Amino acid sequence: MYDFVTQWGPLWGLLASVGQILSFMIALLVSLAFLLLMDRKVWAAVQIRKGPNTVGAFGLLQSFADFIKFMLKEIIVPAGADRPLFLLAPLLTLIFAFITWAVIPVSPGWVISDINVGILYIFAISSLGVYGIIIGGWASNSKYPFLGALRSAAQMVSYEVSIGLVLVTILLMVGSMNLSEVVNAQAGGFWNWHILSFDMLPVPVFLLTFPMFAIFFVSALAETNRPPFDLPEAESELVAGYQVEYSSTPYLLFMIGEYLNIVLMCALVTVLFFGGWNAPFDFAPFIWAPPLFWFSLKTIFFFFMFAMVKALTPRYRYDQLMRLGWKIFLPTSLAAAAIMGGVMVHANAG
Amino acid sequence: MLSAVTFYLLSATAVFSAMMVVLAKNPVRAVLFLILVFFSAAGLFILLGAEFLAMILIIVYVGAVAVLFLFVVMMLDIDFAQLKEGFIDNAPLGGLVALALAGILATTGLGWVSADNASSALQAPTPGDMTNVAALGAVLYDRYVFFFQIAGLVLLVAMIGTIVLTLRHRDGARRQDMHAQVTRKRTDCVEIVDIKSGEGIG
Repeated sequence: MYDFVTQWGPLWGLLASVGQILSFMIALLVSLAFLLLMDRKVWAAVQIRKGPNTVGAFGLLQSFADFIKFMLKEIIVPAGADRPLFLLAPLLTLIFAFITWAVIPVSPGWVISDINVGILYIFAISSLGVYGIIIGGWASNSKYPFLGALRSAAQMVSYEVSIGLVLVTILLMVGSMNLSEVVNAQAGGFWNWHILSFDMLPVPVFLLTFPMFAIFFVSALAETNRPPFDLPEAESELVAGYQVEYSSTPYLLFMIGEYLNIVLMCALVTVLFFGGWNAPFDFAPFIWAPPLFWFSLKTIFFFFMFAMVKALTPRYRYDQLMRLGWKIFLPTSLAAAAIMGGVMVHANAG
Repeated sequence: MLSAVTFYLLSATAVFSAMMVVLAKNPVRAVLFLILVFFSAAGLFILLGAEFLAMILIIVYVGAVAVLFLFVVMMLDIDFAQLKEGFIDNAPLGGLVALALAGILATTGLGWVSADNASSALQAPTPGDMTNVAALGAVLYDRYVFFFQIAGLVLLVAMIGTIVLTLRHRDGARRQDMHAQVTRKRTDCVEIVDIKSGEGIG
């Protein structure tokens, strides 16, 4: 991004950075409002319902109406709850969900912080997301939230491992942890995207990256507690998991954090496997559209996939979830990381 | 200027939360303060230009080790009154240990001599235009590759040891066999019987 600090001096540079961050956050929140509506609409359409259709044309303003309602309700803190921690937990969830976005490149040069260890940063911050949930469940001083928090934490820690190994596979391919370079490595048409990687032929790298994409997508579902892995919120057993005691604004913060994480995972799938902001074909009319358009289109498509998964799949049992994570995904992604190392040595030597 | 402000902010947070780890009455809060210490240390690493170490510190300690700590502490049923019992009795011994530690720190600190090239190494921690990760990789996998492998082997032995110590097969426990479940046919388990009224199944 345009380096304000060297151009304008430290103070003005700082202010400009804060301005960038604020405008990015607002853009994210506004798009989130419509993505939430889309989630509900898709879900409704699969079940042959209409979904929200009253507030605004086609229910377009439903999310804003919900927002105002959440803001105006009273915050209830349960008796015997650890008050500071109870209120800290949703804040943590929201903050960690927001700061991960700092390294996501949405368009060439459009990234808040273009750091060299972008992939590690994402991995580090997503491993922190579990704290909001554990603290929230514990501080509620209630049994259901606590059980939900324990389940959720175990689930997130398990699937983080395979997500980390998929990230390692991709960073081995690119040879850099900078996310802008990950996207640049996929420039020049959809056959160069990591999901296909035809530029690596005759080595059939897509045999590795396609399963990696599948593992990443399913792990992302588990990591964000989405169906079919929404065991922490399995309402038939645990009411609503760690969120049971939360109401009004704190609940809203949990909700926004959760959905921000889901959209982040969609953006990550786009950046890591589907060429980020690159157009599918490297000629007109495809390159007339701004890079931001392609990035958003791909991200929204994967959000649609998340919504469809929610609508179509039944919930997993807990032992099946753990089995899938530890006995299938972990060995597969570990093997893929090792094979990818070999492939890259072969490619660099040849 | 900005980095000096950040340094003092992070250091003050680190020292304060390190003290709160010991002073906090609630063990869960003590663990949370410990996490804050790790966090500030990671921030200090970034100020030093060691962003890889900072990220690894957060991933390993905050993301994995501290979560397990928090799990264990939350599951324990701790009696706070019992914890404070015998504080006065043990205070002299604790004070002695604290004094000894402070003495060790003071003697090391006073006798500290920086290497001649320390300040220049601080200016450019990684050689040339190498990134942090590449520089660390060159050291770990090139110069110290055997030590690295041996460290990995030690960890592997520890891991296998833990599994061997905790693995036990109880007799009579019903275990799930995924293969048997999946390959089971309808004919193996459902039998259609034609029951005549008044006779039942013989």
